[in-house]
Amino acid sequence: MTTRFMEIAVGLFVVIGGAALFVLAMSVSNFATSSSKEGYYLTAYFENIGGLKVRSAITVSGVRVGQVSDIVFDSERLQAKVTLRVDKKHNYFTLDTAASIYTAGLLGEQYIALEPGAEDDTLTDGDEIEFTQSAVVLEEIISKFISNAGSS
Amino acid sequence: MTDNNDYVSSEPLIEIRDLYFSRGSNQIFKGLSLDIRRGQVTGFMGPSGTGKTTLLKLIGGQLKPLDGKVYIQGQNVNAISRSSLFELRKRMGMLFQSGALLTDLNVFENVAFPLREHTKLPEQIIRDLVLIKLEAVGLRGARKLMPSQLSGGMARRVALARAIVLDPMMIMYDEPFAGLDPITKGTIVTLIKQLNNVLGLTSIIVSHDVEETLSIADYIYVISDGEIIESGTPVSLRKSSSEWVQQFLNGYPDGPAPFHYPAHEYIEDLLVGR
Amino acid sequence: MLDWLQNVGKKGLHVFESLGRSTMFFLLILQGLGVALVRFRLTLREIYSVGVLSLVIIAVSGLFVGMVLGLQGYVNFAKFNAEESLGIFVALSLVRELGPVVTGLLYAGRAGSALTAEIGLMKTTEQLASMEMMAVDPIRRIIAPRFLAGIISMPLLAAIFSAVGVLGGYFVGVGLLGVDSGSYWSQMQANVDFSGDIVNGVIKSVVFGIACNWIALYQGYDAIPTAEGVSRATTKTVVRSALAVLALDFVLTALMFGDI
Repeated sequence: MTTRFMEIAVGLFVVIGGAALFVLAMSVSNFATSSSKEGYYLTAYFENIGGLKVRSAITVSGVRVGQVSDIVFDSERLQAKVTLRVDKKHNYFTLDTAASIYTAGLLGEQYIALEPGAEDDTLTDGDEIEFTQSAVVLEEIISKFISNAGSS
Repeated sequence: MTDNNDYVSSEPLIEIRDLYFSRGSNQIFKGLSLDIRRGQVTGFMGPSGTGKTTLLKLIGGQLKPLDGKVYIQGQNVNAISRSSLFELRKRMGMLFQSGALLTDLNVFENVAFPLREHTKLPEQIIRDLVLIKLEAVGLRGARKLMPSQLSGGMARRVALARAIVLDPMMIMYDEPFAGLDPITKGTIVTLIKQLNNVLGLTSIIVSHDVEETLSIADYIYVISDGEIIESGTPVSLRKSSSEWVQQFLNGYPDGPAPFHYPAHEYIEDLLVGR
Repeated sequence: MLDWLQNVGKKGLHVFESLGRSTMFFLLILQGLGVALVRFRLTLREIYSVGVLSLVIIAVSGLFVGMVLGLQGYVNFAKFNAEESLGIFVALSLVRELGPVVTGLLYAGRAGSALTAEIGLMKTTEQLASMEMMAVDPIRRIIAPRFLAGIISMPLLAAIFSAVGVLGGYFVGVGLLGVDSGSYWSQMQANVDFSGDIVNGVIKSVVFGIACNWIALYQGYDAIPTAEGVSRATTKTVVRSALAVLALDFVLTALMFGDI
């Protein structure tokens, strides 16, 4: 085996390995969809976030526009403070935009759905979304249903 | 110690003083002291397992003695730093019994190996030097072969070319004649003699091949059980009054060195359990 | 009783001895890495023998593991009508766990055993001793380039394994079982995090690379220089590398994903 052949083979190996890493980064992970694009941050307060997690999706009409970047409990307002990272090109959220926490399917992951309102001015980096709707907790619905059924 | 630049032929190149060495509970050397003189071929003979190879490793600094000192040109091999030891080793050649050629390099590259590792010579000069050494051992035509394609004798000759490629001051031969046919043996004997005379080397031969060693050595030490039993020139050795030396030189099966491994009385052993 | 205690003490000392020796060996390799970088041609040779020559077994194994994941995942997700989660399942299993771990195990069998046998044989045939007598440090000239080559090769092999596996899962899930192609990829992209999952997988494979090569090279270097000694060292390499990979995987997983 000549040195030249060996060098070419090693070169090829490194290229294939690099390509594999590239595929993993670009088409398997969220590297292309989130980290690479610029975004801006909005905050929203919820009574109850249910199973929402950091990196949960943010959608408009079912289309993904960003992800949750941070969740903390605000001890002054006694509410959960959620920071949303929205991709820069989605800059059409009006001041009266509503944020709701929904569940994908019966047992699926929870996500935030945004619904733009009718105002002219739009939200910018650091603004707060005022209209929020908390996560629906399954046990609450069931217990309500049971108590309603009992009283009637 | 002696002056490093004093190149008198009778002056010792290597001095070994009160050397103790053991492997596990097995004592190999018990206070060995001897000199190896510059420009001479010094032979070490003795039965297998007396630590002849160990002695070479102690001289090369690959093993550390329990006690005692090995001086090469006045430097204590076991007290100098690793880098000075490596500097010293560049001037020591060693021929291993198996040849110890690097299996993934061909003959040419094996001989060129020390040059490539230790010098920054241009390719043309490396080529010339390697071909000169290969010519000296008669294997210039075999330069493209891989070590696996060589016979035992050829491998040893290539290893010899490699050992002298840096023009060392001394070469150590570990069993250079073992397992060779008579013709190849003769070739190696001639080569060792020639190299020693032409290059002005100091040679150390460790061997149990009596005739070959006696024919080229200037001075011989006979070692057994970690001690020097006899030493002298080949001629004086043949006249030695020691029964042990006579047994060794002539290859008698029984004598001072017993045929039997130490055991109980034979009869008792056979009657055990009756 | 006394004999037993003595025996335990002896064994204990022996363990500490080999631990100390292998640690010293590791430090000497680290010292020699500079040479392996400067004389990269030496390392290149070794990348060929540990990396390129392992490529086929890694790619084929990755394909089959991915296909099995696609099949098993589909069967289970179908019960909950959640077939679109197949992509997440396949990708996360591969990137976080199976890619680095199975690559590590295959590497130990394919390349690690070969390294041990090679080094052990060099010791048996006095090549290492002769190198020392030629004033060449075998750890720098022989061991360090092989170590570096292993550390470079392992993450690349693991990435190839995972990527091929994702394609294998796609082939079975989308091609044979009819999962929607769009949701396979989009669910995957939405749930596999680059810094959390991919980078951690790469870190794992680098750690496994260090462990496997350290074990393989040490076993070869420390082998008893006989045919039997080398064969025993080769067995030890495979067994210990496999155990090391699995144990380290647990530790790393606990560190990386333990809080999720």
